[in-house]
Amino acid sequence: MGKIEEARVRKSQKKKIRLLFRSILLFIMFSALIFALVSNFNKDKAVIGVSDVAPNFVLHQMNGKEETLELSGLEGKGVMLNFWATYCKPCEEEMPYMESLYPEYSEKGVEIVAVSVDATKLVIDRFIDKYELSFPVLHDNNGQVMDAYNIGPLPTTFFINSEGKVVEKIEGALTLNRLESYLQQIQPDE
Amino acid sequence: MNKVTCDACGHINPEGTVLCASCGKPIDKNQHIDGNENSNLLNMRYDGTARRSQTYNKTIVDKVWNFFSSVKVGVTLIVITLVASAVGTILPQEMYIPPNVQPSVHYKDQYGLIGQIYYQLGFHNLYSSWWYMTLLALIGISIVIASIDRVVPLYRALKNQRARRHESFLQRQRYFSKTEVVTEEDKAKVLASLKKLRYNITEENGHLMAEKGRFSRWGPYVNHVGLIIFLIGALLRFLPFMYIDDFVWVREGETKAIPQTNGEYFIENKDFILETYGDSEEDQRFAEALERQGPVAKNFQTDAIIYKNDGAEVVGSEPDLKVLKEGSIQVNHPIKFDGFALYQSSYQLNEFESMSFKIHEVNDEEELALASFTVDLTNPAYEYELDNGFRVKIDQYFPDYYLDDGEPRSETKYPRNPAFVFFVYPPNQEEPEVSFAGIGRNIDASGQNQYKIGLQGFDVRDVTGLSVRRDYTLPILGLGGIIFMIGVVQGMYWYHRRVWIHPKENGWWIAAHTNKNWFGLKKDIEKAIQNTNITMVKDQQDNNEK
Amino acid sequence: MEDLISLSSNFLYLAFIMYLLATFFFAATIRDKRGDKKSKTLNVISISITIIGFLAQTGYFITRWIASGHAPVSNLFEFTTFFGMMLVFAFIIIYFIYRLNILGLFTLPVALLIIAYGSMFPREISPLVPSLKSHWLYIHVTTVSLGEAILAVSFAAGLIYLIKEIDQTKSSKRTTWLEVIIYTIFSTVGFVIVVSVYNAMDYSATFEFTFNNEVTTVDYHLPPIAGPNDGTLLTEDRMDEIFQAPAWMQGVNAARKFNTLIWSLLAGLVIYVLARMILRKRIAAAIQPLLDRTNSDLIDEISYRAVTIGFPVFTLGGLIFAMIWAQQAWDRFWGWDPKEVWALITWFFYAAFLHLRLSRGWHGEKSAWLAVIGFVIIMFNLIAVNLIIAGLHSYA
Repeated sequence: MGKIEEARVRKSQKKKIRLLFRSILLFIMFSALIFALVSNFNKDKAVIGVSDVAPNFVLHQMNGKEETLELSGLEGKGVMLNFWATYCKPCEEEMPYMESLYPEYSEKGVEIVAVSVDATKLVIDRFIDKYELSFPVLHDNNGQVMDAYNIGPLPTTFFINSEGKVVEKIEGALTLNRLESYLQQIQPDE
Repeated sequence: MNKVTCDACGHINPEGTVLCASCGKPIDKNQHIDGNENSNLLNMRYDGTARRSQTYNKTIVDKVWNFFSSVKVGVTLIVITLVASAVGTILPQEMYIPPNVQPSVHYKDQYGLIGQIYYQLGFHNLYSSWWYMTLLALIGISIVIASIDRVVPLYRALKNQRARRHESFLQRQRYFSKTEVVTEEDKAKVLASLKKLRYNITEENGHLMAEKGRFSRWGPYVNHVGLIIFLIGALLRFLPFMYIDDFVWVREGETKAIPQTNGEYFIENKDFILETYGDSEEDQRFAEALERQGPVAKNFQTDAIIYKNDGAEVVGSEPDLKVLKEGSIQVNHPIKFDGFALYQSSYQLNEFESMSFKIHEVNDEEELALASFTVDLTNPAYEYELDNGFRVKIDQYFPDYYLDDGEPRSETKYPRNPAFVFFVYPPNQEEPEVSFAGIGRNIDASGQNQYKIGLQGFDVRDVTGLSVRRDYTLPILGLGGIIFMIGVVQGMYWYHRRVWIHPKENGWWIAAHTNKNWFGLKKDIEKAIQNTNITMVKDQQDNNEK
Repeated sequence: MEDLISLSSNFLYLAFIMYLLATFFFAATIRDKRGDKKSKTLNVISISITIIGFLAQTGYFITRWIASGHAPVSNLFEFTTFFGMMLVFAFIIIYFIYRLNILGLFTLPVALLIIAYGSMFPREISPLVPSLKSHWLYIHVTTVSLGEAILAVSFAAGLIYLIKEIDQTKSSKRTTWLEVIIYTIFSTVGFVIVVSVYNAMDYSATFEFTFNNEVTTVDYHLPPIAGPNDGTLLTEDRMDEIFQAPAWMQGVNAARKFNTLIWSLLAGLVIYVLARMILRKRIAAAIQPLLDRTNSDLIDEISYRAVTIGFPVFTLGGLIFAMIWAQQAWDRFWGWDPKEVWALITWFFYAAFLHLRLSRGWHGEKSAWLAVIGFVIIMFNLIAVNLIIAGLHSYA
């Protein structure tokens, strides 16, 4: 191998290194750009979304026998987690639907849990009496659970499967039919 | 890649070199790169080194690289960003319009067609638009690539430069002079003065180079590094761990979980204070201004206690609070704890806290109270046992009462306009009388009531609005800012000055160059040749133009 | 306290007169062609008067600070006069580097005009709103105005360069633009004159009009050329508006500000036309012979040097200190408030300027035009953003 040959090899190696260096740097910088754009795009989206694990919580229960209810205690069941408030009209409208489907689906292993973000217990109690709600109604007094689930508009409903993962997240009121089809989705296998 | 061998000194330069890195002789075939062929003077930018980007152009990677390496592209990006930024100030951005309006309606209503177009084009959120962010990122990319392409060759050239320079290099410097005869005494004087002026002197066979302030040449690259660090800091803000931005309303006397802390921290609002100017003696000096402007706020302050929750493993469970910090939050004086900071950012005055009512006979014109009771509006009791055997039950509570198609409802959960449906059980009576009572309202539901409920008084409290921040990117941004400042100061307040002394027969040729502040260089040379017979350098740019 | 305030404003008057006097002396040095000892004395006198003026204004600043209890940079009057003071300070620094009298002849009138302009706004001592109560008020404001003042010296130098170098033998785009700049300066003079005259006469006319579905009134202190949209004149014995401001103009005071603008432009036009009639040539062409002995290269370098000195100061004050303070006061270091955006625009502009000059060889005339545009951007941010685009920084 002559000297010229050697020089050529060295030169082509140098070129390769330069190309590699430039490619890597460009790749890093454009990745950063894409990361920024995607993050910016997702900025306003909820922290808890479809296929996320529903964060555990424990809250005071307003009706029924139990004092409190912890989400992890419902493991193995499908859970419809409804965030609502007494002053919210669409929330009020879907309550009777939930109540009407509750007996059937609680048999099938689906629990309906309604978390009220109201400020006072009194208004919740009166509401429960008015609609004769039998599914557990919880009171999120400090707004901690609402914060953990990053709730925007009311009502917001999470359908959580028996593995504790969110299957659907619905913002706004549900019709009876849609409600039922979602409940079927989270119904645990026999 | 072909190397270029300098035909004067034999130095091997990379392709694209304009001036030989060793002796400075112009390399004939590359003079067009810096536009030297049409000028008597040499363009000295980057000392005539080969900026690599101008020499290869093969793969797509190289093409992209070269695109961003160009200063022209960089400046163009800056100008586009500048214009775009200005466009964003024509109408207010979405974050500065009133919070309770729909942007789509607001822009059209307030600004007509222009507003509508502005909104349609997304200019109401211009600075977080994908294309604006892309522009900023492209400037960043351009900074990185252009700097790499210039700093490396410049560093090599300045490291390799020799004192002995080619005559054509010297003659085509902006400052140049020829002196026929220089005495040894004068030579020594000049050298001594240059040293005194803190020039570094290198010698090569009687050829001298006096140089100072070379480090200022790195200023631009240092400040670019600072900018890149700053941009990285800004990028990291997208990571939820690095940057938390939230808001919390806390009522006086209320203890609330601080959002985004997973129930780890709580805040109690002990008192909210709003002061305005004009009360104290001291404020008399502002009397004239206050009369013209109306009342001016003096202080917004929340006296608060920060608690740490030791008990919480599960969100929502009963907290076990330990006092972490106690203090006041004012505008300009946030409270800080464990990486978090709470800022005074909003308030609402006089929200209802409790209301007291009395019961009197409907027919009693003096409205003598037979019994009275106070309702805590955030935690109302269900029933009240009163004097004289009265009993009151709250049937309905509307914290923020309004009439919706004739039906009473609450608009929010906040007690802004509280109203109640009371069941009043007179002494020894099983059947209640139904009364509706609120602010300025008192309705007898049946029209046959014997007793009436009247508002006796109420207590109010203030609500403070606090921003919750945790920003781990601040140190990075600060570092970027500091490095940027060091870089600009280094590059702009110091100057790279070089004086070449070229022995020619019995005399000297003197040539000099600086990257900025020619006036200062001239003064240096004047000082250096003071009291000698050496000819002062001439500014050849003057001849050039006339 | 009252004494201190009147002492303070007397200092400001003194400073103003000194600057005016110094301008005449600098003019004399330019006309003086002897170049002997006497002219040196003239130089010393000119710069001494300038420094006395500066010290007087420093006296104003300190006494007003004591009287108000906070740095007097918190409203449009205080800030604008302070900017004028910094401009004089920047000029003094540059003067001692380059010893160029012609720079005084151009910088001092600009400073005078800025101070006079600022004095047209309410001058009483005003209290600080909570967000301004911070040491960063004076740290940020003083640094940023010093930076902008140094950049303004670059404008003065650029203007000298343009007047000297642009060919006045024939009419061209460049001569026209140069006249536009001069006309703008005249309009500012016009504003000061018109407002002062009507203030002295205590002119006031009140209009009633509907804004955001509410009936509001606005007080005009200049005769209404443009009245509020759908407004009715309440004050008797006053002339009614000639026409109404267009409906799209936003804000309670939009029509009044628009009216002031029209007055300024008209007054500027009157001054300009008079000057043209007296001089019988373009204003720049009339000034040009004064600059015969000025070295263009040196002027170009001063213009550039001012940018290199001013840019870091501006960055420090206008961006870095601004961010630190914004982080403290408003919980975010950057919020895309119009004033912030225009500071960024200024910064981008001078960054582009520096790159164009360093890498693309934009010297001389191109560089001078850029210096002028840069100053336009700065003045826009100082004044127009406050008056037109209301944001967090709107003091006036």
